[in-house]
Amino acid sequence: MIHSLFLINHAGDIFLEKHWKSVISRSVCDYFFEAKEKAVEPENVPPVLQTPHHYLISIYRDKLFFLSVVQTEVPPLFVIEFLHRVADTIQDYFGECSESLINDNVVTVYELLEEMLDNGFPLATESNVLKEMIRPPTILRSVVNTLTGSSNVGDKLPTGQLSSIPWRRAGVKYTNNEAYFDVIEEIDAIVDKSGTTVFAEIQGVIEASVRLTGMPDLSMTFMNPSLLDDVSFHPCVRFKRWESERALSFIPPDGNFTLMNYHVSSQNLVTIPVYVKQNICFFETGPCGRLDITIGPKQTMGKTVEALMVTIHMPKAVLSANLTATQGNYRYDLATKVLVWDIGKLNPQKLPNLRGSLSLQSGAPKPEDNPSLNIDLKIQQVAISGLKVSRLEMNGEKYKPFKGVKYLTKAGNFQVRT
Amino acid sequence: MQEWANQLCENRQFGSKMTDSKYFTTTKKGEIFELKAELNSDKKEKKKEAVKKVIASMTVGKDVSALFPDVVNCMQTDNLELKKLVYLYLMNYAKSQPDMAIMAVNTFVKDCEDLNPLIRALAVRTMGCIRVDKITEYLCEPLRKCLKDEDPYVRKTAAVCVAKLHDINAQLVEDQGFLDTLKDLISDSNPMVVANAVAALSEIAESHPNSNLLDLNPQTINKLLTALNECTEWGQIFILDCLANYSPRDDRESQSICERVTPRLSHANSAVVLSAVKVLMKFMEMLPKDLDYYGTLLKKLAPPLVTLLSAEPELQYVALRNINLIVQRRPEILKHEMKVFFVKYNDPIYVKLEKLDIMIRLASQANIAQVLAELKEYATEVDVDFVRKAVRAIGRCAIKVEQSAERCVSTLLDLIQTKVNYVVQEAIVVIKDIFRKYPNKYESVIATLCEHLESLDEPEARAAMIWIVGEYAERIDNADELLESFLEGFHDESTQVQLQLLTAIVKLFLKKPTETQELVQQVLSLATQDSDNPDLRDRGYIYWRLLSTDPVAAKEVVLAEKPLISEETDLIEPTLLEELICHIGTLASVYHKPPSAFVEGSRGVQHKRLTSSAGSGESVESPDTGSAAVSEAPPTVIPSQGDLLGDLLNLDLTPPTSTGPPPAAAPGMQLGAMDLLGGGLDSLMGDESEPPPIPLRTDTPQSPQPPHQSPSPPDYSPTELGGDIGGSPAMGAGFGAPPAAMPASFNAPISGGLDDLFDLGGGGGMTMGTYIPPKTVWLPAMKAKGLEISGTFVRRSGVIQMEMTLNNKAMSVMSDFAIQFNRNSFGLAPAGPLQILTPISPNQSIEAALPLSTVGPVMKMEPLNNLQVAVKNNIDVFYFSCQYPISMLFLEDGKMERQVFLATWKDIPNENESQFQIKDCHLNSDAASNKLQGSNIFTIAKRTVEGQDMLYQSMKLTNGIWVLAELRVQAGNPNYT
Repeated sequence: MIHSLFLINHAGDIFLEKHWKSVISRSVCDYFFEAKEKAVEPENVPPVLQTPHHYLISIYRDKLFFLSVVQTEVPPLFVIEFLHRVADTIQDYFGECSESLINDNVVTVYELLEEMLDNGFPLATESNVLKEMIRPPTILRSVVNTLTGSSNVGDKLPTGQLSSIPWRRAGVKYTNNEAYFDVIEEIDAIVDKSGTTVFAEIQGVIEASVRLTGMPDLSMTFMNPSLLDDVSFHPCVRFKRWESERALSFIPPDGNFTLMNYHVSSQNLVTIPVYVKQNICFFETGPCGRLDITIGPKQTMGKTVEALMVTIHMPKAVLSANLTATQGNYRYDLATKVLVWDIGKLNPQKLPNLRGSLSLQSGAPKPEDNPSLNIDLKIQQVAISGLKVSRLEMNGEKYKPFKGVKYLTKAGNFQVRT
Repeated sequence: MQEWANQLCENRQFGSKMTDSKYFTTTKKGEIFELKAELNSDKKEKKKEAVKKVIASMTVGKDVSALFPDVVNCMQTDNLELKKLVYLYLMNYAKSQPDMAIMAVNTFVKDCEDLNPLIRALAVRTMGCIRVDKITEYLCEPLRKCLKDEDPYVRKTAAVCVAKLHDINAQLVEDQGFLDTLKDLISDSNPMVVANAVAALSEIAESHPNSNLLDLNPQTINKLLTALNECTEWGQIFILDCLANYSPRDDRESQSICERVTPRLSHANSAVVLSAVKVLMKFMEMLPKDLDYYGTLLKKLAPPLVTLLSAEPELQYVALRNINLIVQRRPEILKHEMKVFFVKYNDPIYVKLEKLDIMIRLASQANIAQVLAELKEYATEVDVDFVRKAVRAIGRCAIKVEQSAERCVSTLLDLIQTKVNYVVQEAIVVIKDIFRKYPNKYESVIATLCEHLESLDEPEARAAMIWIVGEYAERIDNADELLESFLEGFHDESTQVQLQLLTAIVKLFLKKPTETQELVQQVLSLATQDSDNPDLRDRGYIYWRLLSTDPVAAKEVVLAEKPLISEETDLIEPTLLEELICHIGTLASVYHKPPSAFVEGSRGVQHKRLTSSAGSGESVESPDTGSAAVSEAPPTVIPSQGDLLGDLLNLDLTPPTSTGPPPAAAPGMQLGAMDLLGGGLDSLMGDESEPPPIPLRTDTPQSPQPPHQSPSPPDYSPTELGGDIGGSPAMGAGFGAPPAAMPASFNAPISGGLDDLFDLGGGGGMTMGTYIPPKTVWLPAMKAKGLEISGTFVRRSGVIQMEMTLNNKAMSVMSDFAIQFNRNSFGLAPAGPLQILTPISPNQSIEAALPLSTVGPVMKMEPLNNLQVAVKNNIDVFYFSCQYPISMLFLEDGKMERQVFLATWKDIPNENESQFQIKDCHLNSDAASNKLQGSNIFTIAKRTVEGQDMLYQSMKLTNGIWVLAELRVQAGNPNYT
């Protein structure tokens, strides 16, 4: 199982280590550093590395490497999932996952890691359970602690660890009982030069924020559940009910959690909300090129497209861009060769356009690779797949909770090739 | 640091005053001093803050072990947080301060009785993490109680603790009966306890391949399936992985397990999903294909696999490696999902390359147009590695989908027009392959290719182009000019190009003999006279002789029709694939290698295989079972004689005779605290056999099984002996193709070094002289950036030599070689530096002999004759391990005095005896004795009893251990004891 964990920053310094069995020397990370050197970009470091005596399994998140060392045959997905869980927990506790925050709270992080694994076996990874044992730091609490001398480590047995619903703690109490759900869909698409959709799918997620007293038993039904190709649920969801009735029935964890992920990929169901007309070319003669991009609405279900943004990774030879935007503004970062055009709201009457010339390094050959456009956008109040929640009911408790469902569509990995 | 820390502790212990202020001159040391004061403060709060500071220093890697006694003093507290912090500290430093750690034991034992189950669990959990032998003794009683605790939280923690304890002291765990208690916990009422018990047992089983710890039967399976629904996601992974090891009795059971596992495919945790996929992929084999359920199941598998691809890139990578296996085994699952494997420009490179691979595997007539359009797109990307692979992929599509070949070729031509150097070169390499698949179809493109001749600077591309010119010389008008242009810099070319050029010019000559005579003479003289490369020289001479003696024959040889290539070449071999399918989700599946090939610490990994209703092929041949040898065994057996080696194993280990009358052998084995052979032997003599060889036996019913004779060990015992003493990948493989003249049909699993040695007994021609096992590949080029090392061990005139062939398969020159051994059982070490004086140029190979001494540091290896080697060159350091034949360790002076022999023989206790049979050797006792003498196994006496020749033999190992053997040879009977 998982033997040790090293946290390594962007620059390659190990700033925290934790061993769940015997201590493994830091030098084992040298193999990792070697691979990191070779990969140039931190994103490209292979996640599974073999060394003569160990395996190094790592993830790269928030500019940090979480590197775990294993000695025996362990499912690598298990390790990767766990590492992401560690990062999630740190983020959950301290608001973000950064080196300085971890260093500031090093003891809490260490205590958390100790609670999360025992001998390399996961012990408590549910944030509800962890928070019962080790309370997250807040300003109020640190004041209270200093005054009363109490500690931020719970001294009760975390009840959730034993029950058959480990995700929910007992004795939850609220004055305002509320349950909110966000249906968020991301469009992943590749559109080719001519505007044809090469590939498109929707990754959906239902994020829940549930603050309900006692042991509520919720059930959620959809108008059109047949849309969903593949679903994966939070452990609280009763799978049998889903299989038989296509309804989500669950006793929710307390607080924020991801109720379900889903996937819609049958091509005809995926509508692309905008179209992009683009022309980026470089001249055979002379160190310059031309760029002309127009974006227009395609199928937006009557809603406005917001936060529209185009990102282009330019070829290395492009020195500067002299462009005019009819809407929004653009900037070209010479160091990273990234052109960002921030448009904002899309006005169907007056389509935004960006055009002008690009100048190349003199003497450089005509760039061989064509840059891809990455599109960002948001559409409020609609799930682009058409998924709709029809009912949300609560059993098991007597009070009447506030309920709400919001929809949001975003661009995930939306690329236009040129 | 450590030193002064220890001193500090001593000072504390003896109550001396803190006068060592000189140790605290730096700020860092001053910090320790301050902490010490705070730790001993009366105020609770201050104490806790101090412990926190200590932990903080510890986590960032500072050594705060000096504070050990002070921190331990804080342990007796009712403050849970403080207690936890002290526990954290203890776990980290107890190992370096074992004596001090004992101080903590009492508190632990007390805490294990606490009313609060959280404290009980915490205590038992922490105790298990203190890896100090002395502590483990005290741990047993509390652990036993906690395993039966009323609170499931404590039980589940205790279950994991058993695994910890096993890691520290396996014997203790067995003696105390903890394993049985653990097995009982599989039937616990609480699902988390079940999951943890399974996890603990799985981990223990991995270091203990023979124990049937996870003996699954329908009842336990039912328990596990029930627990599966209720335990945490991690528990589900453990249980699913455990389920995958079960073999259902029939298809009905298989189906019912599948039905209960299918819901796991909808889990948010990708590891759960992949483990569930493993179980389903494996049990599906049992289901009849016409069953409705089978089709349903296939449909259910696709969506979760697709969803895995929208996860984080690291998860995608592992998923893709596994999908690569799944699409090879069952392409129907994902055949409609091609698009999800399309590459996005911001995918990490490791994801891009994997996606590309799967795209080719899924390419079919139906989707080839789409795939080609994508590949063409990729060929214009920035990343050079990716572009190259995309271009190659186009070629692979052409070879795979015949209908698309034409389109592929035109796509490649388009790409060549881009004139991007590396694209052109890759394109030419793949076009060569397309020619090999569809000869005489696309020659029209040759003209275009020739235009780009000058831009080719990579050997592979040059070689490919030269091959094309030679192959189609008759259609290229200026073929002779083209080839001649290459000839100018002949000696600067890499071997690959030189060989191609030689062949191409000979082809040209055979096709157009009149104009090219001069050219061919030129190349032949360049190859034969001016080259140092033996391959090139040999090929040159062969052509030369062929051409000069019989041009017609030359034509037949050189211009012979070549077999077509197919896409099969890059598929994983079916037997390996089957094994890997059983290991979906594991490291093995990421590396596409059988677990036995690389996982450390798990000796004798069980070979899993798919049990299919159709009775599909056998599992992959494991290197260490030597199954290759089995399959080579001839179906008929000629009875013969001379089983010496069996007797070699009838060996006894006694101390060197110099110690006077040889005492019983047992102490001898402890030589230098190193029970070299002894340990190995003891475990060998155990009554449990290794599982893998047994199926192998049954797999080859033609393998002769003559009746055992004499008091022979249990049936499988020899198997084990062979497996552990000599059984090694190298040896097993070597045995596969013995140079023996007569069919040597040993019971193959015995294999190993001793059998190899006996090859010389079988090989009639090789009288006298040490047996030299054939060279085997130790370090494949793939693993070592192009350096391939193959080699063998030999004893020549009293010196052990390691003979190696180093082959440079990389593109660059290798130099600056050095070699180093890890500590090993017999203290082998290089006697001098590795003599490789000249750099090895690409595709060149060099022979090197390295004399070895046996005075190096000793460490017992597993298997005994394992040798871990590190080879360094200008590129990197590479590691491999190989096994040497025990026989090379036999000394020339291994002939024991007759009297001494007799005395020693009698004193050998039974437990050090071992019997062994070698079958089907065709030698009489004298010949056998002669042959063995060649390998320094000396016959002391010979006696004939009841028509059997008894040979008494001795040999001496380099570390002074004597091995005595009795060899019974019976004329006309193939078995000898």
